[in-house]
Amino acid sequence: MKIIVCIKQVPDTKGGVKFNPDGTLDRGAMLAIMNPDDKAGLEAALRLKDQYGAEVTVLTMGLPKATDVLREALAMGADKGVLVTDRVLGGADTWATSTTIAGAIRNLEYDLIITGRQAIDGDTAQVGPQIAEHLGIPVISYAQEIKVDGDKVTVKRQYDDRYHMVEAQMPCLITALSELNDPRYMTPGGIFDACEAEITTWGRADLKDVEDGNLGLNGSPTKIAKASDKVRKGAGEKVVPESPEDAVAYIVGKLDEKHVI
Amino acid sequence: MKMSPEQIAQYKGVYVFAQQVDNEVSGIAFELLGKAKELAAPLNTEVTAVLIGYNVGNLVDKLAEYGADKVIVVDDKELEVYRTEPYAHALSSVINEYKPEIVLVGATAIGRDLGPTVSARVETGLTADCTVLEIGDFPLVAVPGKEQLHNQLLMTRPAFGGNTIATIACPDNRPQMATVRPGVMQKIEPVAGAKAEVINYNPGFTPNNRYVTVKEVVKAVSDVKDIMDAKILVSGGRGVGSPENFKILEELADAIGGQVSCSRAVVDSGWKPKDLQVGQTGKTVRPNVYFAIGISGAIQHVAGMEESDIIVAINKDEDAPIFDVADYGVVGDLNKIVPQLTAAIKAAKAAKASN
Repeated sequence: MKIIVCIKQVPDTKGGVKFNPDGTLDRGAMLAIMNPDDKAGLEAALRLKDQYGAEVTVLTMGLPKATDVLREALAMGADKGVLVTDRVLGGADTWATSTTIAGAIRNLEYDLIITGRQAIDGDTAQVGPQIAEHLGIPVISYAQEIKVDGDKVTVKRQYDDRYHMVEAQMPCLITALSELNDPRYMTPGGIFDACEAEITTWGRADLKDVEDGNLGLNGSPTKIAKASDKVRKGAGEKVVPESPEDAVAYIVGKLDEKHVI
Repeated sequence: MKMSPEQIAQYKGVYVFAQQVDNEVSGIAFELLGKAKELAAPLNTEVTAVLIGYNVGNLVDKLAEYGADKVIVVDDKELEVYRTEPYAHALSSVINEYKPEIVLVGATAIGRDLGPTVSARVETGLTADCTVLEIGDFPLVAVPGKEQLHNQLLMTRPAFGGNTIATIACPDNRPQMATVRPGVMQKIEPVAGAKAEVINYNPGFTPNNRYVTVKEVVKAVSDVKDIMDAKILVSGGRGVGSPENFKILEELADAIGGQVSCSRAVVDSGWKPKDLQVGQTGKTVRPNVYFAIGISGAIQHVAGMEESDIIVAINKDEDAPIFDVADYGVVGDLNKIVPQLTAAIKAAKAAKASN
């Protein structure tokens, strides 16, 4: 079985936020980690590899420094890494990102593609389903469990008040929730090998069946009109009561004042 | 893939994907209709609900009461239970046939799957989880040498875990598509007896490799009311310590007439079900009073509750970020404070009742 896991290097939300003059995020200036949902997707792929035997390819689109998350994935147990990077791909929205990644995936063989549900920088949850749409394969979003049987995959698909057990014919694309599992750590041997491993790097010319008009900032249908730091409501009062009784008296007093009780 | 101005001019009307599950319209559909009505006014156009399912014709009047001028019904056996492919085929076919300028979809576990699939299929942009939708100009301020477009859908959304907000337009493609999370927009007061023009449309459904099989549907057994409707929420985080210890929050909720909700950490630990989760990946709530108990206040959580009228936080960590948004913050041990607070509220209520 061949599995492709799409991963994204994301700015750590705990770090500061920096912008380019055009309002897009200045990713180069921020601390970077492997997106948590993607890491769960990678772990799911590695478990399928442990269970059934599989070749796991990790693929990312980003700046050259995104190689770091590919090496991290290799150190966890992935077999191959592909970096898609090109100046003309910069500033892509989810449409242009998904056309790019689909263009890269068309060069590869696969039974299963796993992406994270969403990345913590954009939180859109769009790129996974859009890749599936461009490739013409079924998508199952929000996976809580994944089982493979022959050429079929069965997924526990989460909804707001229920779950569905869904069976799909492979090849198919699954988006993983971070609740899916606890990702394994990198092994010392894995880290050593990952440092040595060769990463395949693809640019614009390597993308298959993709028009220029669908790439990068220019090929993005959504345009940023304005971006800014969020202005939050200021803090109210904070008290450090001497005793629980004082704490209760304070809260009850405030609730009474506001006619809650 | 940019459209020409002539092509763009063909697209008219504000459409809402009227999500239904088990032949019951989801609350988000009514909220989106309320917003669609606001957007349709300056555009001088109509609001159309797109109702997709099996034997769902009886839901049309309800959509009319909440603001739909027209309802396009796609009714087919293949649409009985939500599956990405037949639903995406239904909605994209409606878009290609009727050419709406705006399509709003709920950012639910269904809409966040359907929306991106449809936007890719009809080749347009999609802005996720919008908190503000308005009609305006793009660019916002006229730039010399660049045409300023009017009557554009301006979509504002948080990004970066709520650290930033961005306003986004989709100037060169139609429809302009947005998803909105439940609880963000307001539904209108329903107009009893309102009727909508009904259009039945079926693009034909032929199963292919993209049709998955739903082997089993397991509903979460829950007699709990939706936390989005609660006036008072008693919300617990990891600091509550154990699933058993949520009992003291439930007692407080009972005493004050509220409901229990929780943070993502609690759901991830399996202590509480997902439908009680407040925050960016859970529900957006705006109760009269929100108690944040043992919740540190990660920005993703705050994004889902900061519009609450009164926020009371109890946390032993003086530096917890929840205190940055709380109206009344109390530093202390929740295990001691919460039970006493419950007792005090019961006593206060009893005292008032006897007066």
